[in-house]
Amino acid sequence: MTKTMTDVVCPFCGTLCDDLEVSLSDDGKQILEVYNACVIGTEKFLHSQAKDRVTRPRMRQEDGSWKEVSYDEAVEYTAKILANAKKPLMYGWSSTNCEAQSVGHEIAEMCGACVDNTAAVCHGTTLIAVQDIGIPSCTLGEIKNRADRIIFWGCNPAHAHPRHMSRYSIYPRGFFTGKGHKSRKIVVVDPRVTDTASLADIHLQVEQGRDYELLNALRVALNNEWLPDVVAGIPQEKIREVAEVCKSGRFGIIFFGMGVTQSLSKNHNIDEAIALTKHLNEFTKFSIMPMRGHYNVTGSGEVLAWQFGFPYSVDLSRGFARYNPGDTSTIDLLLRGEVDAMLTIASDPGAHFPISAVKQIAKIPSVAIDPHLTPTTGVSKLHVPVAFVGVEVGGNAYRMDNVPIDTRKVVDPPAGMLTDEEFLTKVRDRVKQLKGVK
Amino acid sequence: MSEFIIKNGHVFDPTQGIKGDKKDIAIKDGKIVDKVSGSAKTIDAKGKTVMAGAVEIHAHVAGPKVNVGRIYRPEDKLFTYMPKKGSQRMAGGFSIPTTFKTGYEYAKMGYTTAMEAAMPPLFSRHVHEEIRDTPIIDEGAYPVFGNNWFVLDYLKNDEIENTAAYIAWLLRATKGYAVKSVNPGGTEAWAWGLNCLSIHDPVPYFDITPAEITKGLMKANEFLGLPHSLHIHPNNLGNPGNYETTLDTLRLTEGMKAKNKFGREQVLHLTHTQFHSYGGTNWGDFESKAKEIMDFVNKAKNVTIDTGNVTLDETTTMTADGPFEHHLTELNHLKWANVDVELETAAGVVPYIYSPNISVCAIQWAIGLELGLMAKDPMRCYITTDHPNAGPFTRYPRVIKWLMSAKAREAQINAFKHKDKVVNQTSIAGIDRELSLYEIAQMTRAGPAKSLGLSSMIGGLKPGMDADVVVYNFNPDKPVAKPDDIEAAFQRAACVFKSGVQVVADGEIVSNGNKRTIWVDAKTKENPQVMRDIQEKFLKFYSMTQANYESIGHHFIPNPYAIEVDARS
Amino acid sequence: METVTITMKNPPQLYLEADNVTPDKFAGKSASQIAELHVYEGNTTSTLGKYFEVAGSAGATAADTKIVVKGDVSKVKYLGMKMSAGELVIEGSADQYVGAWMSGGKLLVKGNVDAFAATGMKGGELTIEGNAGNYLGAAYRGDWRGMSGGKILVKGNAGSDVGMYMLGGEIVVNGNIDVHVMTHAEGGKVIIKGNAKSKLGGQLVDGTIIVFGTIDVMMPGYKPVGEAELEIDGVKAKFAHFIGDTGERKKKRKGQVIYGNLYKKL
Ligand code: SF4
Ligand SMILES: [Zn+2]
Repeated sequence: MTKTMTDVVCPFCGTLCDDLEVSLSDDGKQILEVYNACVIGTEKFLHSQAKDRVTRPRMRQEDGSWKEVSYDEAVEYTAKILANAKKPLMYGWSSTNCEAQSVGHEIAEMCGACVDNTAAVCHGTTLIAVQDIGIPSCTLGEIKNRADRIIFWGCNPAHAHPRHMSRYSIYPRGFFTGKGHKSRKIVVVDPRVTDTASLADIHLQVEQGRDYELLNALRVALNNEWLPDVVAGIPQEKIREVAEVCKSGRFGIIFFGMGVTQSLSKNHNIDEAIALTKHLNEFTKFSIMPMRGHYNVTGSGEVLAWQFGFPYSVDLSRGFARYNPGDTSTIDLLLRGEVDAMLTIASDPGAHFPISAVKQIAKIPSVAIDPHLTPTTGVSKLHVPVAFVGVEVGGNAYRMDNVPIDTRKVVDPPAGMLTDEEFLTKVRDRVKQLKGVK
Repeated sequence: MSEFIIKNGHVFDPTQGIKGDKKDIAIKDGKIVDKVSGSAKTIDAKGKTVMAGAVEIHAHVAGPKVNVGRIYRPEDKLFTYMPKKGSQRMAGGFSIPTTFKTGYEYAKMGYTTAMEAAMPPLFSRHVHEEIRDTPIIDEGAYPVFGNNWFVLDYLKNDEIENTAAYIAWLLRATKGYAVKSVNPGGTEAWAWGLNCLSIHDPVPYFDITPAEITKGLMKANEFLGLPHSLHIHPNNLGNPGNYETTLDTLRLTEGMKAKNKFGREQVLHLTHTQFHSYGGTNWGDFESKAKEIMDFVNKAKNVTIDTGNVTLDETTTMTADGPFEHHLTELNHLKWANVDVELETAAGVVPYIYSPNISVCAIQWAIGLELGLMAKDPMRCYITTDHPNAGPFTRYPRVIKWLMSAKAREAQINAFKHKDKVVNQTSIAGIDRELSLYEIAQMTRAGPAKSLGLSSMIGGLKPGMDADVVVYNFNPDKPVAKPDDIEAAFQRAACVFKSGVQVVADGEIVSNGNKRTIWVDAKTKENPQVMRDIQEKFLKFYSMTQANYESIGHHFIPNPYAIEVDARS
Repeated sequence: METVTITMKNPPQLYLEADNVTPDKFAGKSASQIAELHVYEGNTTSTLGKYFEVAGSAGATAADTKIVVKGDVSKVKYLGMKMSAGELVIEGSADQYVGAWMSGGKLLVKGNVDAFAATGMKGGELTIEGNAGNYLGAAYRGDWRGMSGGKILVKGNAGSDVGMYMLGGEIVVNGNIDVHVMTHAEGGKVIIKGNAKSKLGGQLVDGTIIVFGTIDVMMPGYKPVGEAELEIDGVKAKFAHFIGDTGERKKKRKGQVIYGNLYKKL
């Protein structure tokens, strides 16, 4: 008889769907089917079942080949490179649980490390904007129950967050939105004609790099002030029309993604989008929310914030915490040559960083902790494979709206494999010995 | 476990009526005992003040909105960090300190228990993670109920038993401690950008008023017989003239009696009363109505309050009163964070500078102190700053200084830019009362412990109680040389024991103790209707499944302490 | 005025944090005492003397103290941080946070500076003969209180985010400037003698921006209101006058709405 687990949480994207059902083989050891998840979510579960999975740490040899080593040897190497460095960098954290993050932070404190998560390359700019101007937001259930104006700005949930539209934003029938899609007007702002854009009532094809100007123009329109004929490629009449659409709703929301956080103006785009949201609250109710990518990048920011006071790019080198992206942020640290050892966990900078930053990783002592083989594990000196969080071990994670959901363990990891938390705990204890901390 | 004896201190313990007598306090196995063996470690408290560990009844110290404050105020940390010492973790931040700093600072001041004042139920896991990472002090958290859709639906028809069953379920699901209500109805209205400013404003769509919500929650609370009463932040916070709304809310307690097994006598706790004691019609004729409020409170034996003292600092306001925070950002134009929480509540965060050069801030300062100084029964009026709303909790020693010293108050009044306004629009300048150490012990220990229904456990030094004991470098036999000495003594205790473990020595942390998370496990009769309603709302309206909402494992609460309530009969 | 000269002899492997290199910290100290002041390389604390040769001695007060920094300090941060008086001359280029939170005195950099120079500056004079990096005279992250007084002169070019959250004081850039100038400002003035790119004065509540060269793209929140004649550094010229940011909140004085001003030379 197959066993079915319900209320399983998907450890893939920031939508953090928690209604998955997974059927298991009789002995409970194998995942047979995954229900309710989207294609990419399903893939994540099935991937863990791959027969050719690496299950033991591997150290790169002088000649470039890899040699299997024990977890103990991996712990020793990791502890030593961190403890001996003047300014080690511990990067990633976005696809692991909060418990592992917490242990990592203890190591970072002892070693005077910089700790950063993948916000460094996606929504860090959002966090900078939030620090400058705040953020009126809400939980995703509020959107489902109340929202009648939905704006997607520089994001394409149809690809990156496939179930977002059906669970929360476009289609669901909520308490005050009984007609579902028909209750809502959809605006998409994107230079490209995306799949999401094709669902829109209004698609503003903003000129590349001119989101800041367009957002500013919407605010000018709210103030009924003069506007040039065309802003960012959009005629001013259209801009005034969209401002009216927003004002006339009862409850609106702007979802935004990397199309605005990483294009010209970066944090300023978000700053002005938040200012627009705040401005709209003088007329009606409006919220704004970043479409966070990794399923627990939000959690990394939360844990860093309550432990150190800052949500990413935290520099602990001087025995206290400092923060200033541009100085303490991972890519700057690498490009400027500020760090002399690197631990990467639960992320893949090798695939997402500029090539010159990746080259820097290859130059310094480095370890990558990741269930998968990735470009990052390829350039690191040591690769430590670990159990899949949310599949082979549970632990807390935070959804894109900051709602915490405890992920679940579905199956055991391959025999003898450690979890992120277990491996880091061993490293922490070894670092304590090396540093003489009681 | 080890034994200790704290010798020759001047003991102040309202639970036993001890008013500064020289007395030894013995500790064994985490409890206060009559006597210990000769091998007990001696702490010399000669010429010093000895009290029970202090009890924080209302502070925002853990959870999503506190962390929004941390995330969005890097400038609050700038130059506040101290390099880490020994086994302590790094600790930084001023108005919204990190969790580690929160635990350390409370302990250094002699606080051993603290209650997080507003837990959004959907975010309970977050609240508990932060509580877990706050060292030393025992903590509990109050889930918010005043804008919860279940509560609004049940109380619309006065269904007290169903409300009670739902409360019991939610306390269990979130590991919560008490029933909190913030701007009842007004925060639900805020989901549409609206508010309820009086207790009779109807809540949009739900066909109920704040008065009905408040009355109903009090009844349900007493139906269950919970350790604490309904804990209310009433409507119309922070507006000139709001004292009438406050009095209207207080009058709802008339004829109500507490029913519980915990020695609690009140049916309503009114929090941060300073923010609710305003007269006038605008910020120009803004004035104190502390007297009007205290006239009522002094007579109403079934009400307790806390003060919400303004400390004249740059701080961060945060409350589940979403519409208020929006109002505030429109006034001071500083950064505004807001979170509306599906079916339950909302929260807002805005930085605020209480400047001694602004008359409104100076009047707010005076009102907070007037409340404490006009209290006839210090067992029913507790010192808070509504941390961090009126100021950070680390300023308690300063508030205590102002309450204990007319000279200190006078110095502050003279330092205000608009001294005349403070003198004319409040009565602070005419009050010469100086609170005694005994009264301070009532307001910070025995009183809040009793209001929380924990008086058999904490807030006093009776044998059998938890050994939370503090020694302050303050000699009550000697005249106070300068008021600042009071502040210095209360800022850094000479010695603090938490559950029999010494956690502070000479004002420094020496142990992380063994912190607990306190919650209330209320057992009710089976209520299939409420269970069905819960299932239905999760299926239709929540964005999380019921099973995941109810799941809050050991890794969130490694050291729980459940207070059991049996409401089945 | 007494002069202390510090010369880099052992450059750091990573970067050096030298927030103690200010007239305030040097005042009243001999060369050997100055050499004992702390500097930080990553998690390692050591002394100034380990990296620099120290010569001369400081005056009794900051105001009586002049510091000359020689050698390669391009990997040294925080030079002149929080200085309140006296003089600091950096003969070459310096890294980030030069003169951050400075409140007085004179700071001269003969080369370039990296980002965050004069963060939260309150007063004094900062002259950069080369180029300045991003966030010159800006607020620290999250703070709404940016540069509030003093003067900054950049003889070369400046990066992005100059004068963010500026409240007062003046910044002059003789060369060109990158995007985002005086974002969120509520006062102060930025003069750009060269060319500007775009996003000038976004979300500006109040303040003045003057551009002598070109502007690639104007913000839509700046409304043309005619021409104005201005005299700058003794030279009179005609400028196109814009007011804004009309999308942003505005203050009122005596019932009149106060706009920020942007002038572009005709
Ligand atoms: S939308 Fe995201 S969280 Fe949901 S199933 Fe797909 S990948 Fe998983
Ligand atoms: Zn409060």
